[in-house]
Amino acid sequence: MMQQTMARYTWGGDEFLFVEITEGMSLEANFISNSIANALELQQLAGIVDICPANASLLVRFDPDILDWQQLERAVRRLEQEVRAATDKVLRTRIIEIPVWYNDPYTNETGARFREGYHQRPEGNDLDYAAEVNGLADAEEFIKRHHETPWLVSMVGFVAGLPFLYQLVEREQQLQVPKYLSPRTDTPALTVGYGGCFSCIYSVRGAGGYQMFGVAAAPIFDPAQRLDDFSDFMIFFKPGDIVKFKPIDEAEYRRIQTEVDAGTFRYRQTPIDFDLSAALADPNKYTLSLLEALNGI
Amino acid sequence: MAFDVLEPGLSTTAQDQGRIGYYKFGLPQGGSMDQYSATLANRLVGNTVSDAVLECTYIGPKLVSTTNAVIAVTGAPVDVFVNGQLVPEYERIELLAGDELKFGVIKGGTKYFIAVHGGIDVPEVLGSRSTYPIGAIGGVDGRALVAGDVVPVGVGSDNGLPVVTSIAVDDRPVFSKEVKVRVMLGLYDHNLSAKGLDSLLNSEWTLTPVADRMGLRYSGPGVEWKDREQPFGAGQDPSNIVDAGYAVGSIQIPGGTQPIILHRDAVSGGGYAMVATVISADMDLVARCAPGTKTRFVAVNMEEALAARQENNARAARIWS
Repeated sequence: MMQQTMARYTWGGDEFLFVEITEGMSLEANFISNSIANALELQQLAGIVDICPANASLLVRFDPDILDWQQLERAVRRLEQEVRAATDKVLRTRIIEIPVWYNDPYTNETGARFREGYHQRPEGNDLDYAAEVNGLADAEEFIKRHHETPWLVSMVGFVAGLPFLYQLVEREQQLQVPKYLSPRTDTPALTVGYGGCFSCIYSVRGAGGYQMFGVAAAPIFDPAQRLDDFSDFMIFFKPGDIVKFKPIDEAEYRRIQTEVDAGTFRYRQTPIDFDLSAALADPNKYTLSLLEALNGI
Repeated sequence: MAFDVLEPGLSTTAQDQGRIGYYKFGLPQGGSMDQYSATLANRLVGNTVSDAVLECTYIGPKLVSTTNAVIAVTGAPVDVFVNGQLVPEYERIELLAGDELKFGVIKGGTKYFIAVHGGIDVPEVLGSRSTYPIGAIGGVDGRALVAGDVVPVGVGSDNGLPVVTSIAVDDRPVFSKEVKVRVMLGLYDHNLSAKGLDSLLNSEWTLTPVADRMGLRYSGPGVEWKDREQPFGAGQDPSNIVDAGYAVGSIQIPGGTQPIILHRDAVSGGGYAMVATVISADMDLVARCAPGTKTRFVAVNMEEALAARQENNARAARIWS
């Protein structure tokens, strides 16, 4: 039986098809977006320029001189039906450990420069604010909640190789933090940020509106491709990657910096199959099994 | 063959037709903001459409050619000087080794282009020479020119086309202080109230000085959003959506106040609702606007957008024959 297509199809001018899977964020919507993107990639339709899966939507750039827009919409609708009808909802991916120095001086110094007129809460830092709006005891408890459960890279973009991350916990346990009232003009490179229900890692220094909680110790964008993890491509993350944040102290941060400078640093990672049905059925149990895969290396 | 950079100008970058196919990783397409003008410069010097040029912003560089060279300057109106002598824009110019190229004050628009026979020969990164400063890739060391740079120029070949020494006046782009920009409504236009949509399409918007390769911000009456319960993960403001991919040319209105048109170096995604997209045929027109330009957004449908695109394609085919 053919299933209905349920997404909303709309056009971003004459070169972009936009497919909104759902208005709100969910793991299912993200899985559908990524699955359609992968299936469309495999079709190798002439005239497709870029396939950009996002959190709960999909953006397809095409060349209308080569590919008829209505033909493109028909092709994507067909794939949406197939993806929704599929029973095998498994994503071949990997789990990666990302060392983070939480509550570090770099993001705290930057945060302190952007208070008045930028931030909801002049006193304390972004972690104190995030703990408060989530009803947690203190910054330490927020940090624990942030790193103890893995995250899914639900989108890559904004700037070069920046991952948006969605935590693999039940909806009720999702932490939500408002973005800055007005975006900062500066964010340290590798800042671990938070806005809405998403974490991110700022791949490069620049503007940003997410709350700042720490810095990742190793690069995720390496245009010179110095490190082994970047030998194939200058961008580390792909949609569908699973991330486990590992809290580290200053000494460990400095040690990793030395490895990065020497060109010897490698991320701890291992291939896994991500099973959407299992993840939805019992998120807490399922994420434990993912962590075992990482601990097994 | 090269240019020695005596003065870099305000923001002079190597650009070509752009870096296509990496948008899904957050790498913007880049490329010359005003593609049509850049292509005219390439035509005059006997290049192909895909050769890289120098894009100058307001204040151009002061360059010395290390060898004899054929160049052309197109785009925004500006006085061009070779060894202090005024030379015309939109014409083929022969430089001798040691000649100095510099520019006067810009008289409209924001960007002009220098093409040289053989093209700006910086290394290709992911299939393009376009400079993307945020990612520090393309161009000269991934950045705008600085004094002391040596800009490499490629060895030209015959492009097989008849030589063109001057661009006909009718084929030159117009730099106006009042423009109508054609857009296609869509994406999240349904989040605007009827009044908000009316504001967008029936008001005059003025381009602010907050305009660069990433985006152009307009002032005007603002727009009104529908009252709604925000979806999970979207954020509290009615202009927020769950972070999504941004169409190049799309118009977002953070907070409902100032519309921003995303241009060629824009971020690839984010959490602000896009309500319309500039049609591909009018992206160069937007790039030609200087701050203060009075702008009206005119809604067209897909057929009209594609017809306008065909017109541009036909003109390009005529110029490149």
